Amino acid sequence: MTYAPSPAPANGPLALVDLPTRPKVRSAADAFVRGRRFASRALAPVLILVVWQLSSATGWVDPLVLPSPTDILAAYGELTADGELYDALQASLARSLTGLALGGFTGLLLGLFAGLWRVGEELFDAPLQMLRTVPFIAMIPLFIIWFGIGENAKIALIYAATIFPVYLNTYAGVRGVDSKLIEAGRVFDLGPTRIALRVILPTALPSILVGFRYSAGVALLALVAAEQINARSGIGYILINANVNQRTDVIVAGIILYAVLGIVIDIVMRVIERIALPWRGKLVLA
Amino acid sequence: MSSLSLARLPDPAPPEGPSRAPRRFDDEPLAVRLQGVRRTFGARAVINGVDLEVRRGEFVSLLGRSGTGKTTLLRILAGLDQADGGEARVPQARSVVFQEPRLVPAKRVWRNVTLGHRRGRETRRIAEAALEEVGLGGHADAWPRTLSGGEAQRVALARALAKEPSLLLLDEPFAALDALTRIRMHDLVEQLCRRHRPAVVLVTHDVDEAILLSDRVLVLADGGIRFDAQVELARPRGQTEPGFAALRARLLAELGVAGPADPHHA
Repeated sequence: MTYAPSPAPANGPLALVDLPTRPKVRSAADAFVRGRRFASRALAPVLILVVWQLSSATGWVDPLVLPSPTDILAAYGELTADGELYDALQASLARSLTGLALGGFTGLLLGLFAGLWRVGEELFDAPLQMLRTVPFIAMIPLFIIWFGIGENAKIALIYAATIFPVYLNTYAGVRGVDSKLIEAGRVFDLGPTRIALRVILPTALPSILVGFRYSAGVALLALVAAEQINARSGIGYILINANVNQRTDVIVAGIILYAVLGIVIDIVMRVIERIALPWRGKLVLA
Repeated sequence: MSSLSLARLPDPAPPEGPSRAPRRFDDEPLAVRLQGVRRTFGARAVINGVDLEVRRGEFVSLLGRSGTGKTTLLRILAGLDQADGGEARVPQARSVVFQEPRLVPAKRVWRNVTLGHRRGRETRRIAEAALEEVGLGGHADAWPRTLSGGEAQRVALARALAKEPSLLLLDEPFAALDALTRIRMHDLVEQLCRRHRPAVVLVTHDVDEAILLSDRVLVLADGGIRFDAQVELARPRGQTEPGFAALRARLLAELGVAGPADPHHA
């Protein structure tokens, strides 16, 4: 079929259609919609808890395999009563934060060095990229030989694991700074040091903080692995003890503790980002 | 000793009523002195023996088709690029306004304005004074992200002014702005240049902009300055003046866009 231009329109009214206007939404209705959405989101978790509780209560699932939610709550009560929970949290947090601080600092220094100086990149970017591919959990036997089975081995493992995310993101962040900005710095008489301090570092900070957030997650993972080595304190100690005593409720309680720790660390990192990056606006932090 | 081929344009019709006569700069000190400046990329000499003198207070526009080395020449003047030959003398205090604002996103506006300044008690005051001049007095504490394109470019202009430059280099600073903002920026730049009297070199594609703002217009072609004319129009200039149209036609011809066949080009 070929396109045939339509003949000149006849005089007369055009056929117009009504465009819909935006429906008026009352705030009350809005609140109702939000409430309904929240309810539908909460439905699945609540349902799982209920089924879980019922299946334990009716004896359908052996509590040794999976204790009921109320049993787990009771286990928390037990752990809190004798102060064990508090001690364990303190020990585990101290380990992961020490390892994270040392590893993060090392990663930051290496990343800045490799990012800012070509010499740094030439010297250790390739070796670090190679080391990065080694799963840190595979290093545990070696670390035990090097550092024994005490506290040092645990912190060393977390340290080794947390270097890389900070290194990679710092390096990428520094290298990712728009060269036009650096040029502007040169035009306005900034020397290399002040370009690094006034232009590159502030601009690369979001990326560096992302590295720290990744590292915080990795620190938790390394903590769990490290606490499998002869733990005498910490959440890992609770888990090992519970394992020996066949206390599945305490084991699940300990696992959930690790999860909560992960969430808390993530929230803390987000708060730090929000404070350190006021210029980014809220969108990216959502 | 200038080897420029100076083209003198017919004087425009005498203006009706009182208006400012075109300015002369012969008595002003030299701000830019280029002699035989060359810049090659590989085998291609983008700039091949440019001589140029610009004096204090003089506003010079650099026109030319894409790839004629306008920006390269400006970057040499800025010290961002080095010439491969010849001699280039410029003042120490130089500022550049680029096509993009190039503000550090992590720094508040006033910190951006005083990017190159030593930090001290005076810094904030300098920034506020410069921002006041570009009409952004209330934006000192804003983040660059929150500015419109025109505002960001005015901050870039404030940053350039805060350095009190003897040579102000403008690399198509209005190209990315909308038409209305551009008109206001033209007025602002003209007014600020009159007040601070730096030597100005503007790189632009916009012939009208060049005529509106400049004391002198240069056309760059084939690695050299092909055309150099005083703009003998009274200020403030209007595009409806006959002299304006004549100069525009001539410049467009030099740029190979329209007008009579070019005798220089075979």
